[in-house]
Amino acid sequence: MIAESMYQELILEHYKHPQGRGLREPYDAEVHHVNPTCGDEVTMRVKLGDGGKVLDVSYDGQGCSISQAAASVLHELATGSTVHESLSVVDEFTRLMQGRGQVEADEDVLGDAVAFAGVAKFPARVKCALLAWMAYKDALVRSQA
Amino acid sequence: MTSAAPFDVERIRKDFPILSRELPGGRPLVYLDSGNSSQKPTLVIETMREHLAQHYGNVGRALHALGSESTEAYEGARDKIAAFIGAPSRDEVIFTKNASESINLVAYAFGNPINTDERFKVGPGDEIVISEMEHHSNIVPWQLLAQRTGATLRWFPVTDEGRLDIEGLNELVTERTKIVSIVHQSNVLGTVNSESPILARVREVGALMMLDASQSVPHQAVDVAELGVDFVAFTGHKMVGPSGIGVLWGRRELLDAMPPFLGGGEMIEAVWMDHSTYAPVPHKFEAGTPPIVEAVGLGAAVDYLTSVGMEEIKQHEKELTGYALDALQEVNGLRIIGPRTVVARGGTVSFTMEGIHPHDVGQILDDVYGIAVRVGHHCARPLHLRFGIPATTRASFYLYNTTAEIDALVRGLHHVQKVFG
Repeated sequence: MIAESMYQELILEHYKHPQGRGLREPYDAEVHHVNPTCGDEVTMRVKLGDGGKVLDVSYDGQGCSISQAAASVLHELATGSTVHESLSVVDEFTRLMQGRGQVEADEDVLGDAVAFAGVAKFPARVKCALLAWMAYKDALVRSQA
Repeated sequence: MTSAAPFDVERIRKDFPILSRELPGGRPLVYLDSGNSSQKPTLVIETMREHLAQHYGNVGRALHALGSESTEAYEGARDKIAAFIGAPSRDEVIFTKNASESINLVAYAFGNPINTDERFKVGPGDEIVISEMEHHSNIVPWQLLAQRTGATLRWFPVTDEGRLDIEGLNELVTERTKIVSIVHQSNVLGTVNSESPILARVREVGALMMLDASQSVPHQAVDVAELGVDFVAFTGHKMVGPSGIGVLWGRRELLDAMPPFLGGGEMIEAVWMDHSTYAPVPHKFEAGTPPIVEAVGLGAAVDYLTSVGMEEIKQHEKELTGYALDALQEVNGLRIIGPRTVVARGGTVSFTMEGIHPHDVGQILDDVYGIAVRVGHHCARPLHLRFGIPATTRASFYLYNTTAEIDALVRGLHHVQKVFG
C-alpha cells in the first residue's frame, strides 16, 4: 500500500477543495503547460507588484489529484510571497521530486508542499506534481521579460 | 496442431508463468492490460530460448548449418502466420517491427516519386480517409503523407455509442480518395468495425483500403482473403508473441508495384555503385537483419493460439465482456466509453469515474489490489477529445482472464471511490 501513503490527506483535501482556482485579471503573463504522456494540463497567470511581490497566481487545468493538488498548494505558497522566495521553494520542490525518494525534504522551505514527498517514489507521477510548478517558473520568466 | 480441447481457463493460465507470480507485498497479479501488451505462454518463451540456445545464425545469407536452421525457422514462422490469417500466398506476409511500421511502410509507398503506379500517386486534391477512433499509429503516418504531398486528410466520425458513423460514406469516400485506412477493432471502445460497406464504396471509386488489425487478429479468427481489403497490419506482442515483430499483409500485386521502404542488406537483387535492383517480396521490404528470434516466437504464438482455438478464445472473451459490462454498470458514477452490449464488440472496456482522474484510479488498483489496467488516452487522443474527456481507465481481457478478476476490478473501483469520494 505504498500508493495510499502518496495520497496524503493534505493532497486529497487540496484536490477536493482547490485553493485559488480560476483564471483572474489582471496578469503580467499567462502560460499553458501540458504533460503529453497523460494529457494533464494547466493554464497559469501571474501578477507581480513592486519589489518582486507576487500579487496573484491564478490557474485552471485538468488532471489527476496529484497535478491539481500541486497547483493548489503552489497558489497558497506563492501568492503573497516574493519572486525570490517562491523560486527557492520551487527549487527545493523540484529537488525533492527528482530525488527518487532518496532526498530528505526541507520542511521549513516547503511548508505544505512537503506532503508530496511520497510522489517522488513514483517516477511516472513526478511529472504530474511538477506540472504547475514548472508552469509557474515559466510564467515568472515571461512576466519579468 | 490438433483440434482444440474444451476451453478451460485454469488450464490456460498454467501456460502463462507470469500469471502465477506475486507482486511486492504479496499481492496476486490481476492482469487486465492485454490490449496494451499480452503475456507470453511457455511455448513462446521456450521456442525462443531453444532457438537462441541451439539454432541461432543470420537468415538468408549464411550458408552454414546454423544459418540454414535459422532461415528455416524464420521462413517457417512466415508460413505459420500466412496460414493463420488465410493469406493466399506466404510471400504476402512481410515482417516488420510492429504495426506502426507496417502502416508507415504502406503510407510511404504513396506519393513517392519513384512509384509510377497510378494508384499510389498522391498530390493536392487527393484525399486520404481514416476515422476518429484510430490509434495514433493509424493517424500520424497519414498526416505525414498529407503534409508531404499536399493531399487532404479526412475521417469518419464516431457516434455517441462509440460506433463508426458511416452515414456520410458516399460524401467522404469519393473519386478523390486514394486510400481508406481504419481500425478493425478499436483499442479504446472495443468496437469491431464492419469493413464491408466501406470496402464496397472503396472499390466503386477505385481507391485502396487498409485495416489496422492490431486488436482483432489476437482475439478472433481473421481471414485476410475473406476480408477482401488490400492491406492488413498487426503486431506480435498483443497476440501472446514477443515485442519487436509486426506483420504487414498486402495483396501480392500491390506489394510488387510498391517501391522499397527501407534500403539495406537482403532487400536487394544486385547492387552497383549508382543503382540497385530489388529482391522480390517479401524480402524487398525486409532490409537488414530482421528480428529473427522474435519472428520464430511469433510463429510459436500462432501455434499456441491455434491449439487453443480462435473461436474458443473469442467465445471466452465474449463471456468476460458481457460479465464486465454488467458488473461495471453497477458502479455508481461509472460511464462506459463505447458500446454497452457485446454485439460487434471485443473485450476492451474503457470508462470514466465521476470526479476521479484515471491516473488515480490506476494507481490505487495497482498498488492495493495488483490490478494492472491502462490509464490515459491509450494513444487515441482525438477519440478522447471527441468524447470531451482527457483520459479513461481501460480494462482489456484475453484468453487467460477470469470473471473472478473482473470481480476484483469492481471491488477495487469501490475502494477507489472510498479514497477519493
